Amino acid sequence: MLEVKNLHASINGKEILKGINLTVKDGEVHAVMGLNGAGKSTLSNVIVGHPAYEVTEGSITFNGKDLLQLKPEERAHEGIFLSFQQPVEIPGVSMVNFMRAALNAKRKYQGLDPIPAGDFLKLMREKRSIVELDSKLTSRSVNEGFSGGEKKRNEIFQMAMLEPLLTILDETDSGLDVDALRVVAEGFNKLRRPESSAIVITHYQRLLDYLKPDVVHVLIDGRIVKTGGPELAVEIENRGFDWIIRSERDEVRG
Amino acid sequence: MSERNSFVREVAEKKYEYGFTTDVQTDIIEKGLSEDVVRLISQKKGEPDWLLEFRLNAYRYWLTLEQPTWGHLKMPPIDYQAISYYAAPAQKPATVVGASSADLDPELIKTFDKLGIPLEERMALAGTAVDAVMDSVSVKTTFREKLREKGIIFCSISEAVREHPDLVREYLGSVVPYRDNFFAALNSAVFSDGSFVYIPKGVRCPMELSTYFRINARGTGQFERTLIVCDDDAYVSYLEGCTAPVRDENQLHAAIVEIVVKERAEVKYSTVQNWYPGDSEGKGGVLNLVTKRGHLRGRDSRLSWTQVETGSAITWKYPSCVLSGDGSQAEFYSVAVTNNYQQADTGTKMIHIGKNTRSTIISKGISAGKSQNAYRGLVKVASTADNARNYSSCDSLLLGSQCGAHTFPYMDVHNDTAVVEHEATTSKISEDQLFYCNQRGINTEEAVSLIVNGYAKEVINKLPMEFAVEAQKLLGVSLEGSVG
Amino acid sequence: MSAEKQYTDFYAEVRETIAARSCDEMNACREKALQTFAAQGFPSPKMERYRYAKVEADFSPNYGIALAPLAGPLPPYCFRIADADPRVRVLYNNVADAADSIVALNTLLSVDTLVVHVPRGIKVEHPIQISNILKGEHDTMVSRRILIVMDELAEADVIITDRAASQSRFLTNQVIEVVMGDGSHLSLYEIEETHLLCTRYGSVFVQQGRNSSLHHTSLTLFNGHTRGRLDVQLQGEGSEVTANGCVIADKMQRVDNNTLIDHQVPHCQSSELYKYVLDDSAVGAFAGKVLVREGAQKTISKETNANLCATRSARMYSQPMLEIYADDVQCSHGSTVGQMDEAALFYMRQRGIDEPEARLLLKAAFITEVIETIPLLSLRDRLHVLVDKRLRGELSKCEGCKLCK
Repeated sequence: MLEVKNLHASINGKEILKGINLTVKDGEVHAVMGLNGAGKSTLSNVIVGHPAYEVTEGSITFNGKDLLQLKPEERAHEGIFLSFQQPVEIPGVSMVNFMRAALNAKRKYQGLDPIPAGDFLKLMREKRSIVELDSKLTSRSVNEGFSGGEKKRNEIFQMAMLEPLLTILDETDSGLDVDALRVVAEGFNKLRRPESSAIVITHYQRLLDYLKPDVVHVLIDGRIVKTGGPELAVEIENRGFDWIIRSERDEVRG
Repeated sequence: MSERNSFVREVAEKKYEYGFTTDVQTDIIEKGLSEDVVRLISQKKGEPDWLLEFRLNAYRYWLTLEQPTWGHLKMPPIDYQAISYYAAPAQKPATVVGASSADLDPELIKTFDKLGIPLEERMALAGTAVDAVMDSVSVKTTFREKLREKGIIFCSISEAVREHPDLVREYLGSVVPYRDNFFAALNSAVFSDGSFVYIPKGVRCPMELSTYFRINARGTGQFERTLIVCDDDAYVSYLEGCTAPVRDENQLHAAIVEIVVKERAEVKYSTVQNWYPGDSEGKGGVLNLVTKRGHLRGRDSRLSWTQVETGSAITWKYPSCVLSGDGSQAEFYSVAVTNNYQQADTGTKMIHIGKNTRSTIISKGISAGKSQNAYRGLVKVASTADNARNYSSCDSLLLGSQCGAHTFPYMDVHNDTAVVEHEATTSKISEDQLFYCNQRGINTEEAVSLIVNGYAKEVINKLPMEFAVEAQKLLGVSLEGSVG
Repeated sequence: MSAEKQYTDFYAEVRETIAARSCDEMNACREKALQTFAAQGFPSPKMERYRYAKVEADFSPNYGIALAPLAGPLPPYCFRIADADPRVRVLYNNVADAADSIVALNTLLSVDTLVVHVPRGIKVEHPIQISNILKGEHDTMVSRRILIVMDELAEADVIITDRAASQSRFLTNQVIEVVMGDGSHLSLYEIEETHLLCTRYGSVFVQQGRNSSLHHTSLTLFNGHTRGRLDVQLQGEGSEVTANGCVIADKMQRVDNNTLIDHQVPHCQSSELYKYVLDDSAVGAFAGKVLVREGAQKTISKETNANLCATRSARMYSQPMLEIYADDVQCSHGSTVGQMDEAALFYMRQRGIDEPEARLLLKAAFITEVIETIPLLSLRDRLHVLVDKRLRGELSKCEGCKLCK
């Protein structure tokens, strides 16, 4: 589904990603772990095409398409969804208008007619209940005045509405208490279709207990230095990152 | 404060030591303004032709202008023919003789007591010694050698015309052209003296340069002119203090300050203005009508204006910045206090021309008595000024129900990448705060002074240390008798 | 021929016609108005309140001048001045700034006055709608006069719309005088959706009595050049005014709003919110002064002007002013000129909304804040639709107007 090859990217002239290789197959869940500043959020931003980042080398293909040639909205239409680490507040734009605009843009891209108003509202209701998102929230402006947990829930709700092929959860666990985390994670699991994939960016094992990754990557200083199965996440939970950094250094020396 | 006093005293004594009165002109020319008077001033100062030409052009242009009326000010009529335009730096031996504290207004003595200036200086105040002390001339004399070692020029503008004519000719009027406004034209025609500063490339001026201005002789106007040029990568901090004796007629002060800031250079200009504000009935006081402007010519240059305005019957002044150099940054920090019948219309202009330029405006107005205090400012973003940023905050504090506090900001934005933000609030001094202080045993007057100083802190903190102390005391003094 | 002369000459020619078609109250004011106008001429940009206007240029073109009295059936509570209550008729020209030459010109050339009079204690259920439709083959200048009198405890919503039904050049000089009795409530809406060849000078003068409240909203959706003036005198204690406005301008449009809220007595409140979205080479100006007179203690006043410039060639002048002569007050103002929130823009694009659409949604959202303050819910919904259409460039003709179809 997603193939990242030798990806180098920088922001304001500073190189953050220094040669990432990552292949995500249909139906797989990948976890990307690493310390702050390792480049985890940069990776997700580059995949979705944030204009502040410059790709200096390498390629990203998504179901055979050259992603780097596509605008952010076209990447979204292709089925990539980013659950933002800090979802922005957009005062004055109601959730309903926002979701309808997003959904219809995608339908247009697929050559479909706009969704009838009644069907749209029904869909909103259905998906909202899955993530236990209060109906009061969907009648407000996008993320405006939402608590941290409500914002994350709203992200998952939008994912449910847009039914992406690849979802990137960028530190979705940060700022969530255990109950909220459970609701978000369970919601995510319920909504996921068997063929859809996910990249889960996180510091902690906590979220992975729910999401059960197939592959775990460790990202350090802009490179993926270690890849393993779910057991790698458990080991990191117990031992931290230091041992990986050390063995990485040894490898370099050796 | 005490350090400053000892410094002041030291310089004063030195001055006497060198017998300054000998080489200073003492004549005052006839009152009135004409082309002949302009020629006479220039002749007395032994000026080159180009400067006479500059003065005459300014004078002829001034004749075509009318005094501006747009300020929020009730200006007494100024008879420009009733002013003497040349009173040589005012070191008159006649007044030194027989000077005593008895000649001083008791209110002024009280003021200086509060400022902590000791008696011998007060004595001196009646005559001219303090002038000499507080005049830049003495300061530069003291440190001239040290400054010269670094290639810094700090002298009177008359001296600069003689010694460094090329520099003066290049920069004089380059920031404030004589066509700028009515008072700028007048100053350009008749300016008496002032300071000239040149900081060469890469030099950080090792000390604060300071000038004390003082109006002395009756019936004269003061028209000083300051020109500061800070070359690439250089730095200077410049202080300006102003006082005037008590007079029952209005005195005119129409100065020009021009600052040129080149690449990566930085200039800080601080003013503590305490011209005589007039008495509690609104009689007398200085009309302070000043044009100050800095041109940030170089890339990444910086200029900061800080002013504490507590004196003058009328203040009309807008220290401004033209940000032409890409990445240049400008600041304006102001506290303006008005009491009794004082009127202030002051603020700044930030003209953004270069890319990525930034400016900050922090203005605090405090009005008491029957005074009127207005902030007037312009933020202009030219179409060339991509990513320009401005933040302005103008707060007014009212002490008493008969004063006025006004805010007149103008924003003119002509670039879609600019962000300009302005906010202003007006409120009165909080009864709760006053009561809290009272309950802790602080009387109302002191409490007001405390609260006002807290309110003005953001600006006071920008001043060099010794000025900050002086400014704080001034705030207390200026507001005396305004509450309760 | 100077711009003024074409109007004074015209008046000299038609003064008898005007007098014959008009009524005593109006005719009685003309001589003074003529003197004021002839003496002052058009205001120059040197006058503080006309700093951003181009009056002479706006009034210079050679217009035919309409002198028709009001025609057709009038809405409830609306009268031709000749038919109004004599008690109300005498208020004519007593609220407007008679020393202003734009007002003087209106007083000189207006033939009729539409009076809206709501008697004591009456709560008018349905909004009173006044549609001004500009129609004609020739370039025309219209001088329009409205007098709104709210007796004590009266309540009403008045919606005034300006539309143009033909592509001629139009110049409107409108003066609205409002007298609000104690405890009265008025929501006054001025909605302009004309076209690029229309110039509109609208001046609103209000006097408010004790505990009265005014909600004024000015919406410029489509226009050529617009100059709006709003002067509110809070004369009775406890009175309140909310004055909001929004402007959407592009191409070469020019919109200049100039307000004065005059707090004359204690315990009054005022609130202003003006928002501009400027595109292409549009020029916007907002100058709003809040004056708190001596003795007007406990005044609460808030003024906000926020602006979005979408292109480099758009230009915004903002000038919020406070002039305060009383100490026990809470007054604040804020003004911003800025651009779109890039983070919000990217968020929307990540959800698949393309960039032009995302920008459009953000512009509409920016304006929404003003529309959401409108008390009349049905109008709010209508305006959301209009704003959306306007931003999509679908408002070249006035929306829903039978004449245009």
